[in-house]
Amino acid sequence: MRLAGMRLAGTVLGRVGLVLGLPAVLVTIWWIVSADSEHFLFRSLRDILVAFRETWLGPRLVEDVLPSLSRLAQGYAASLVLGIGAGVLIGSSRTLRAVVEPVLELLRAIPPPALIPLIGLFAGIGDTRRVVIIIAGCVWPILLNTVEGVRAVDEVLADTCRSYRVRGLGRLRHLVLRSASPQIMTGARQALAIGIILMVISELQRTDRGIGFAVEQFQTSFRYPEMWSGVLLLGVLGVALSLLFRLADRQILGWYHGLRATQKESR
Amino acid sequence: MLEVQGLHKVYDSHGRRVEAIRELTFTVPDGRFACVVGPSGCGKTTLLRCIAGLLPQTGGQVWVEGNPVSGPPPGLAVVFQEYGRSLFPWLRVRDNVELPLRAAGLPRARRRQLAADALAAVGLSDAYRAYPWQLSGGMQQRVAIARAVAYQPRVLLMDEPFAAVDAQTRADLEDLIRTVWRRLGVTLLFVTHDIDEAVYLGERVIVLSAAPTRIKEDLEIDLPAERDQLITRSDPRFTELRAHIYAQIQTSRGAPPPVHPPDRTAAPQEEMS
Amino acid sequence: MRLRSLWLGLAGLAGFGLLLELVPRIGVVSDRYLPPTSRVLSALSDQIEAGALWRPVGDTLLTWAIGLALAVVAGVVLGVVIGSVPFLRAATASTIEFLRPIPSVAWIPAAIVLYGPVRAGTLLIVVYAAFWQMLVQVLHGVVDVDPVARDTARSYRLGRWARARWLVWPTTLPYAVTGLRLAATVALILTVTGELFIGTPGLGAEILLAAASGAVALTYALVLVTGLVGVAANLLFRVVERRALAWHPSVRQEVPA
Repeated sequence: MRLAGMRLAGTVLGRVGLVLGLPAVLVTIWWIVSADSEHFLFRSLRDILVAFRETWLGPRLVEDVLPSLSRLAQGYAASLVLGIGAGVLIGSSRTLRAVVEPVLELLRAIPPPALIPLIGLFAGIGDTRRVVIIIAGCVWPILLNTVEGVRAVDEVLADTCRSYRVRGLGRLRHLVLRSASPQIMTGARQALAIGIILMVISELQRTDRGIGFAVEQFQTSFRYPEMWSGVLLLGVLGVALSLLFRLADRQILGWYHGLRATQKESR
Repeated sequence: MLEVQGLHKVYDSHGRRVEAIRELTFTVPDGRFACVVGPSGCGKTTLLRCIAGLLPQTGGQVWVEGNPVSGPPPGLAVVFQEYGRSLFPWLRVRDNVELPLRAAGLPRARRRQLAADALAAVGLSDAYRAYPWQLSGGMQQRVAIARAVAYQPRVLLMDEPFAAVDAQTRADLEDLIRTVWRRLGVTLLFVTHDIDEAVYLGERVIVLSAAPTRIKEDLEIDLPAERDQLITRSDPRFTELRAHIYAQIQTSRGAPPPVHPPDRTAAPQEEMS
Repeated sequence: MRLRSLWLGLAGLAGFGLLLELVPRIGVVSDRYLPPTSRVLSALSDQIEAGALWRPVGDTLLTWAIGLALAVVAGVVLGVVIGSVPFLRAATASTIEFLRPIPSVAWIPAAIVLYGPVRAGTLLIVVYAAFWQMLVQVLHGVVDVDPVARDTARSYRLGRWARARWLVWPTTLPYAVTGLRLAATVALILTVTGELFIGTPGLGAEILLAAASGAVALTYALVLVTGLVGVAANLLFRVVERRALAWHPSVRQEVPA
């Protein structure tokens, strides 16, 4: 019985079935259960999907979605530059690391949302404020993971570079950054999740456009199908960005996954 | 050409002073192949790292190609024991071999040529597109050797390069390194703990004492220049040299000198004492 | 060496504090936006004297602890169940990969409508986010059982229960502990988020209040306290992690979650 099941799972049909099976079942259940919903908050899936199409595929795409994503991109990019730059500097010097580490641990332990009122003081209202909020949260995982990655460069590899006189910028590029890249990517992944969170909440309780702003607006004006459609949108965005990241990871770290696979085999 | 004069190295950490090397003086002339053996912990690797400019010495001086060493000197290449960790896992084999040349600023066409020649010399022309971790241990060490070859050094240092490889592969690599040495005409200093290997490979074997290290003996290996795994290793002179060095190292370690077994292969009147 | 690091670290902290004292006093940045360290610290001590600090700290910690506990239990149970049955693993993989990246803050509006400014609303987002961290780590742990060890166990005819105890549990434990640390970090962030935006009582709500009423130094002081809570939590979990991993022959790295 089990063998037959495994053989079925091995076929293409089986594989597609596994991937789509449970989601399809869940969505179907959701559709059926919510179909005749009279509940004020939990509306039918059909209503939500209709609201989705009407809300997000119209003018709001340009007015709300794009600005939000653009701010996320700016904040994330800036965090990468700052985090990797500072991370390489700090990771390369044991003394500097020892001096700076407690301060960094304190700063990074502050939950980014707690900084929002403070950043509001400095950066006023508007895009700058929101991008700064994103940076304030995203930079830490990148920076700390970069420091860790730079610190852990293999000794033998470092000696090899020294003996072949690979120095300066070449060493940074060929040895340090590439050696640290798996660790940096871990940080970048965490930063992406935090960035999405901050993108949304930096727009709450404000008057400027954005996804978070729109969803909150729907909530306060009791337009619940639209509100849920916003939640759905955020879910879709989260998944899409996560997939994009996966693709980038496969490109940049293809060698690393291959290496780990061989190590696992020989274990 | 490699010159070591009065080398002295003391490790100073946590208030403990360890004199690894007391005094080493020797010269390896241009294009010669010298092996270094010694008991465990006798500072063979320390010696190599001082010569390679990776470790500052406490006293004495090293000259490579007539220039005093104060950091990794140009024209010198090192092959480490841990091949897995000395190759860049994110670069393919060819890029690994080319990397030092790239850092030195050579144009691409020239790099390609040197890399291709080097890979051919070690018998890995077909593997140029692979990643190092896709290759076996022996092949990875060949890549490391190819990288050194492509660099066209005047002096080649090898730190127990075949210790982590299985016996059959080691035999192949030993023959390979002799071939490479002949072709390139480099000055080769080969550190090993394997006495058989040292006698098989070297034109000369430097035997080190236990720490604090000095040179115990500096032997010329008067075996024929054409070495062969079967023929050379069964040559009686090979056995003599090997036994002699072994005895030296045993006394270094403070162990009692070995008792020579009666030589059953020889005629009775040639029984060894 | 370690002592030297300690001194350097303390020097760094002191230097940072000094920098934040001087910069506003010199006038590089207006002291309305960045009060000097001394003023922040005195606002903090005023708050402590007035007895008004410990309640919000307690509220935050309680919310965080409850949310974390719920997430951990759910994560471990589901992780072990799903991880142990290859079919379940394969069938749920796509669902997990879809649900995981949904930002938990997306649930804030729903939480507000459903619960209003009470703890339950924040717990919704805290548990949602922390659960996924825990689940992913435990799944990796269960799957990571050394195939050689597993074959050995089977050839010695160890029953399911014995296998779980001697094989699955020790392998999963380091992952679970790492998952606990990651989940705790995320849980704290979302606890504060909930307090800021849903209005649940706690440090986040106090920060909002202080900022809104123009008490800038107090705002900074409360942010500092929040950070210290985070540091303490992080240290606690790192100690737990080191204890749990002390006997473990190989050190597990964070599986990219």
